[in-house]
Amino acid sequence: MNVGLFIPCYIDQFYPQVGIATLELLEKMGCNVGYPLKQTCCGQPMANSGCEQDSIAAYQHFVKNFSSYDYIVTPSGSCAYHVKKHYNIIEQTLEVKNVRERTFEFVHFLTDILKVKEIPGSFPHQVGLHQSCHGQRGLKLSNASEITPVKDGEALRLLRTIKDIRITELDRNDECCGFGGTFCVTEEAVSSRMGTDRVADHIKNKTEVLTGGDMSCLMHLDGIIKRQKLPIKVMHIAEILNGNSITK
Amino acid sequence: MSVNHASSANTFNRDFDRTTWHDESLWFVRQKRDKAVFSVSEFQQLREVASNIKEHTLSSLDHYLIEFEQNALSNGVHVHWAANAQEHNQIILDILKQNKATRIVKSKSMLTEECHLNPFLKENGFDVVDTDLGERIIQFRNEPPSHIVMPAIHLKKEDVGKTFHEHLGTPANEKDPQRLTEAARQHLREKFVAAEVAITGVNFAIAETGSVVVCTNEGNADLGVTFAKVHIACMGIEKIIPKWQHLGVFTRVLARSATGQPITTYTSHFTKPRDGNEMHIVILDNGRTQQLGREDFRNSLKCIRCAACMNTCPVFRRSGGHSYGFTVPGPIGSILSPNLDLKKYSALPFASTLCGSCSDVCPVKIDIHVQLYKWRQIISKENALPISKRWSMKLLSTVLSRHGLYNLAGKIARFTLRWMPHSITHNTLLNSWAKSRELPHPPKESFGTWYQKNKLK
Repeated sequence: MNVGLFIPCYIDQFYPQVGIATLELLEKMGCNVGYPLKQTCCGQPMANSGCEQDSIAAYQHFVKNFSSYDYIVTPSGSCAYHVKKHYNIIEQTLEVKNVRERTFEFVHFLTDILKVKEIPGSFPHQVGLHQSCHGQRGLKLSNASEITPVKDGEALRLLRTIKDIRITELDRNDECCGFGGTFCVTEEAVSSRMGTDRVADHIKNKTEVLTGGDMSCLMHLDGIIKRQKLPIKVMHIAEILNGNSITK
Repeated sequence: MSVNHASSANTFNRDFDRTTWHDESLWFVRQKRDKAVFSVSEFQQLREVASNIKEHTLSSLDHYLIEFEQNALSNGVHVHWAANAQEHNQIILDILKQNKATRIVKSKSMLTEECHLNPFLKENGFDVVDTDLGERIIQFRNEPPSHIVMPAIHLKKEDVGKTFHEHLGTPANEKDPQRLTEAARQHLREKFVAAEVAITGVNFAIAETGSVVVCTNEGNADLGVTFAKVHIACMGIEKIIPKWQHLGVFTRVLARSATGQPITTYTSHFTKPRDGNEMHIVILDNGRTQQLGREDFRNSLKCIRCAACMNTCPVFRRSGGHSYGFTVPGPIGSILSPNLDLKKYSALPFASTLCGSCSDVCPVKIDIHVQLYKWRQIISKENALPISKRWSMKLLSTVLSRHGLYNLAGKIARFTLRWMPHSITHNTLLNSWAKSRELPHPPKESFGTWYQKNKLK
């Protein structure tokens, strides 16, 4: 199975360890992983700012880089959602359709395509899972609290199979962190307040390691944690699933 | 003047504890809603049915409006059509004049707020008394509602005590909710008894009978209509449902979504005037047919004004209803308002993280967050984006579609972050991210570089 690895721009530049963990785990699972060197970004920052037309070049660039793979996997629910949902404004050639259908968020790919049921190893920490909205509500990777009181989802199920792990029970299971792309600077006050409240929920409920499927949300929350000097370590879920231990 | 949501929200957030209180008050309502909704096992089917009934009605709205009018007329009701707010207000003024009425009570109606009926009547010498408790409080304070179901949700009991002390003569520093409510009851009772005209809103208008249905918790709509000789019911064209049998679907979802009640305390049906009395229905367009003509935004007219999207919205809870500068605030207001004035309300579709909670909570399944995204595209096309944003997005697009440029920009960003002093990279005048957040610590090399070194040997 040929898997094209898409590493979102901010992970490429600021969190290479997340890309490495994703790659390593996919390889461990027997995937033949390629990383197209000329990849850039899915185009979401412009499109969410209302400049969808300016994203078309990025969309075409993405399709050109990834159309030859069986699957395209990315450690970001938000980027996967963008490709699937919003690449509808370019001509729907066979290539485009294939790319949209075969792009997967990393955890979703593990559970749905590779049929991974459990993760070996031990992670003896209390882990708080941040439900990133685009993965949760956009790709429907976990239950939404508006629809059902049952808290369930693919990431949660996989994490629970790790030995010695403890999962935080949050007061608000799936409230948005307030990152929101350019929202985080254009609506700085609300964005920061939302992030502060999210982190406070994790602190109150004893999270030691905060994780999730979207590094952008985690970057925002980590920024608040570091500013407030709070005792929480932030890791992408790929790092935990790959068996990485907490680094300093 | 354009609405600047970010700036109002910034002001709102300066009071940290009050923001906490506002957020928690509304979250409490959201939790009540969850409890009420989860106790009905078929609630998701009800949403689907409610959405489909509205979908069908909107597709034949002209037909149902005419059916409604004919049935109302044969019930002896006067029916008036208003193309816009001015016509709506003028129709009501004329009815008041014809009846030589001076004592007017009004139950809660967001439509009359939308038309700014109260100030218009005041200019013309008519004082209207709002009889919904929340509406009366903000009327005393000369403020617009901050929420469509709980218009005074931005106020604490101490604020209400101060207002009632000034306007109703309650003791200074009185903040006991029961005593304050009792003072309002006594005050309003006089107004009800003396009322000549009662104005109400409309929650549902039933085409097959020509009746209107008004839902309240305080019974103030009934009481007003019962005492007054003239009843004026004001409705938007989208309030129509085809048949009686459809009503139960909506009453089951409305109160559960709004306040977590199984049903509103009062669900009042008005079909014809009592002998010797008059009943009028004013049917308003005010931009609704234009919205009906916008394929991507048409189903925003399904809205039954439950405000669940406001209670669930993490941005609304932390910025307050007034920051939206529109009668209907929050997510639903942000997809309704650009239809009326794209420039003025161009900031509102951006006052969202697109988290999608609004769409998941909506009892008539309006895809609110999808429409927010689509309005953003239109605002950008119509050149209503701030110029700085327009150019930065063009630049970003150039960088992100060319690998060489992208790599270079990334290197520069990481280099700058590594070597520039923290006081510069985190200067809040240059970088609003840094007001309350640290930037990520930049690694020596990108993933792409690591990959080439370690995997392509």
